[in-house]
Amino acid sequence: MIRFENVSKTYPNQVRPALQEMSLEIERGEFVFVIGSSGSGKSTFMRLILREERPSTGRVVVAGKDLNRLSNWKLPQHRRLIGTVFQDFRLLPNKTVYQNVAFALEVIGRPKGQIVKVVPEVLELVGLAGKEDRMPNELSGGEQQRVAVARAFVNRPMILIADEPTGNLDPETSVGIMKLLDRINRTGTTVVMVTHDQAIVNQMRKRVLELDQGTLVRDQARGVYGYVR
Amino acid sequence: MRVQYVLQEIGQGLRRNLTMVIAVIVSTAVALVMLGSGLLMWQQTLHMQDYWYGKVEVSVFMCNQEDVGKYTNCQTAITDLQKQSIHDTLVKTPHVQTVTFEDQQQAFQHYQQMQAGSPISQDVTPNDMQDSFRVKLDNPANATVVEGAVSGLPGVQSVQDEQQLLRPLFTFIHIAEYTAVSVATIMLVLAFLLIFNTVRLSAFSRRRETGIMRLVGASNFYIQMPFLLEGAVAGLSGGVVASVILVGVKAFFINHVVAPHLTSVQFIGWGPFVWIVPSLLIVGVLMSVLASAFTLRKYLRV
Repeated sequence: MIRFENVSKTYPNQVRPALQEMSLEIERGEFVFVIGSSGSGKSTFMRLILREERPSTGRVVVAGKDLNRLSNWKLPQHRRLIGTVFQDFRLLPNKTVYQNVAFALEVIGRPKGQIVKVVPEVLELVGLAGKEDRMPNELSGGEQQRVAVARAFVNRPMILIADEPTGNLDPETSVGIMKLLDRINRTGTTVVMVTHDQAIVNQMRKRVLELDQGTLVRDQARGVYGYVR
Repeated sequence: MRVQYVLQEIGQGLRRNLTMVIAVIVSTAVALVMLGSGLLMWQQTLHMQDYWYGKVEVSVFMCNQEDVGKYTNCQTAITDLQKQSIHDTLVKTPHVQTVTFEDQQQAFQHYQQMQAGSPISQDVTPNDMQDSFRVKLDNPANATVVEGAVSGLPGVQSVQDEQQLLRPLFTFIHIAEYTAVSVATIMLVLAFLLIFNTVRLSAFSRRRETGIMRLVGASNFYIQMPFLLEGAVAGLSGGVVASVILVGVKAFFINHVVAPHLTSVQFIGWGPFVWIVPSLLIVGVLMSVLASAFTLRKYLRV
């Protein structure tokens, strides 16, 4: 589903590469944690998958498409394959829960009939049934993140990228979000989650990719957060 | 593409930056008024050229009794032989279309008509007048050819090119025309910068929405459309204001105030407005859409 072939990325005006000779493959339906300290290249890794950046050398292949060869006008099509969730939720404060989720479908031109049908379904899935008309500021952090997950998933993407989705949440709420991501993963969606949350990684026992200074230093199936090195 | 969504976005965008949008509309309007005036003045000169150049002639005045000794060519008052030779020369000169003769008596009558009621006309006699040839050219600009051909002939007192009399007037209008177009250019640049800034603000205040749209895979066109239309609406409004001002000036100021007092000038009718008004609207819209697109390329990376 996602393949990196000797990918290096050096940002302009920087000497040290943000990512160095990275090669890996993530299969369809996998659940992968990406861990590493700040500046280890996690963000660059995600930006490359979304093609917000292009690699300096090497190839990134997502869903069978070489992103180096993807033309700019096909980029929106590529991004429709990927749902994205952020630490800071990024909801639209002047839209209700329902409108926030529907927005993702409206702007890619989905017909109204389809929107009316699938938005309640996905809100049900994330456990927000009955809160459609709330505004984001009336919700708890966990609920806001559920809205964000619903928005990312409403278009049934093949890949869900989550950038520290539990970073702003307390441990209990985080567990709820993780259960949700797990449920989404079980529908066949590939989930790539960047995190610093040791407890979650240790609990879930999924594949762990550890980055350090732009290099992939560990790729472990059913891994834990860290051993002292 | 949802029409309702787009309209709503445009409305919101315009309201959010109301002061900037007003500035854009005003400066676009001023720019287009200047451009429109320039075009109208240009039409006015063409119109006047057609009108006046149809009438201007080159007059070749011949010596009368009074001129003898005062002009080099005037050894005697004009003789029939000299007249004949001047006429033959004129007819053979290139660019000359018709040559008509006006004798002293006819000149006197014209003079009397033109100066009717003036005290000077009482003292003038036909003998003070001159015989003359009135030469019509294919193009008044070729007057010097006639002057060169006959000014040295015996019996020719002077050659007068009536076009010379009109030249200062045309020069004045041309200067006004160029001034208007220059001001229009400067104002268009100003309008461009204002639109640039407005769209930038607009893109900035909507970066949350556009960021999400980008992320969920909305097409570039869909993301940029509201901004482009916002610019287009502002530009079109500027064009409409400019057109109203120009039509107003023509209808009230020119037709009712200036024209009744300046009967010697033939003012243009409404004809040129048929293409000038649409041109202004198109220029307004195009300029603002271009400015918006340019801004978006810089500030709305997709």
